[in-house]
Amino acid sequence: MIVARAIQATRRYGEVTALDRVDLDLHAGELVGLLGPNGAGKSTLLNLLVGLRRVSSGRVELFGGDPRNPVYRRRIGVTPQETGLPPTLRVGEVIDFVSAHYPDPMPRAELLDRFGLADLARRQTGGLSGGQKRRLAVALAFVGRPQLVFLDEPTTGLDVTARRELWEAIRQFHAEGGTVLLTSHYLEEIEELAQRVVVLGRGRVLADDTVGAIRDLSRVRRVSLVAPDLPDLPGVRGVERVDGVTRLLTTDSDQFVRDLVRSGVAFSDLEIRPTSLEDAFLALTTAEPTTAEPAVAGATTTAEPAVAGATTTAETTTAEPADA
Amino acid sequence: MRLALVHTRYQLLETVRVPIAVVGSAFFPTVSMLFFVVPFSGDDPVAATYATASMVTFAVMSTNIFQYGIGVAEDRAQPWDPYLRTLPAGPAPRFAGRITAGLTMTLLSLIPVVVVAAVATEARVSAPAFLAALGTVVVVAVPFTLMGLAIGYALPSKAATVVAQVVFFPLAFGGGLLFPPDSSPGFITAIAPYLPTRGAVELMWAAVGDFRINPTSLVMLGVWVVVLAAVAGWAYRRDEGRRFH
Repeated sequence: MIVARAIQATRRYGEVTALDRVDLDLHAGELVGLLGPNGAGKSTLLNLLVGLRRVSSGRVELFGGDPRNPVYRRRIGVTPQETGLPPTLRVGEVIDFVSAHYPDPMPRAELLDRFGLADLARRQTGGLSGGQKRRLAVALAFVGRPQLVFLDEPTTGLDVTARRELWEAIRQFHAEGGTVLLTSHYLEEIEELAQRVVVLGRGRVLADDTVGAIRDLSRVRRVSLVAPDLPDLPGVRGVERVDGVTRLLTTDSDQFVRDLVRSGVAFSDLEIRPTSLEDAFLALTTAEPTTAEPAVAGATTTAEPAVAGATTTAETTTAEPADA
Repeated sequence: MRLALVHTRYQLLETVRVPIAVVGSAFFPTVSMLFFVVPFSGDDPVAATYATASMVTFAVMSTNIFQYGIGVAEDRAQPWDPYLRTLPAGPAPRFAGRITAGLTMTLLSLIPVVVVAAVATEARVSAPAFLAALGTVVVVAVPFTLMGLAIGYALPSKAATVVAQVVFFPLAFGGGLLFPPDSSPGFITAIAPYLPTRGAVELMWAAVGDFRINPTSLVMLGVWVVVLAAVAGWAYRRDEGRRFH
């Protein structure tokens, strides 16, 4: 069953196109990560799906209906920004207040317990630490016993323990059959939780694939060198020449170097740098506008991936198919 | 309906948790009662009653301009507001809750004024006149609620605070709220009928005493209601369009 979908969803703010013909299907029981830099369109897509904004063109659906209609929002849960919690209300009061909007809310005690808030029930939210506010904000998404939750940067600003606890709560919800769409800047967080990753950049879906396939992309390296003429080498993308310097992307920098040396081309000033996932996606997609999906799966390398704050040590992961 | 009451309750709770906000709106009219009404006309039952009605109008005006003007503008700046829009209810319960809570706060802000009048002056009203005055309070709250909403939806919170502070005193003074019914200075007599405070206070005076309403004031009050409703409606829709369209 498709619980949420976007069909060619486009959103413009004046001259700016924040979301550009995005297609997305969320199936019941999926845990999907939405990855992308600031300004990629993550928040806009979320706002469309939860009914806060209208599409400029295209369509969005929640449980087959218009998210702008409150009836279709009964089975979703959304995280407020923790900076906006009413400072004078107590934790328990905020929960009761949100509960009143749902037909069958989770009992307060159970919610407090699940999110480690039991000791804080009588505290005013204005007096909570950033991490405690964050936990309350995430807990609020689960008040109405939702089938689908939208978690926007759920663990930003949390310490390691709190982050693990929150991940555990999200996993528990998912294990009970819940569907999750979570956004993050961090591949690590998405790897930890999600099975399927949707990468947004400049308002477009750049990739929609398994965690494993996306991780391969994180091995992309940016290479620059000075060479008079570069032969055709395998695994090379996005070649550009600026002031005699050749810049390119490769999915296997080790192999690239071996091939380069073997080719006998005279080169100098070789530099190999990690690149962020977003850069990799953008370079790959803009370099080859005819290819809709960046085809990098199957890139095998033993290089240590270290990309954009993602410190992955495990080389083997079992990436389940998204629609399992 | 049930949800509107839930919103009312939490709005009141939020207001009451910051007691200075409650005290603030009743402060100026109460102090005016103590400093001006009690020493100068406290012994004259008719004058004291009219003066009390003026201060009640003053309190209704300032409470509403401040609580809506500043409250709405501040809420619009908070991400809590859009979050509530993702809950399975439209904007209506929150709006209804705001108005009900606002009316409650208005009535609460009148208590000190009425208590001072009853205890420290000769002001007296009959029971029917008191009820009429209570009903009139609700009626005269309308233009000032609309004015507050217009300010709150049209301006960012810092500007709304300034505008609310700038408009409330001239409206009170210009409408003749600080003078007895028939002895305002000449220029105030000239401009008062065209201010919403005049029509409002004349309705209050008529409710508690033998006062003949100037038709111009009443017609102008009607005009103000229509104009303020249009401005508030425009500001609300513009805000909706900016944040939720």
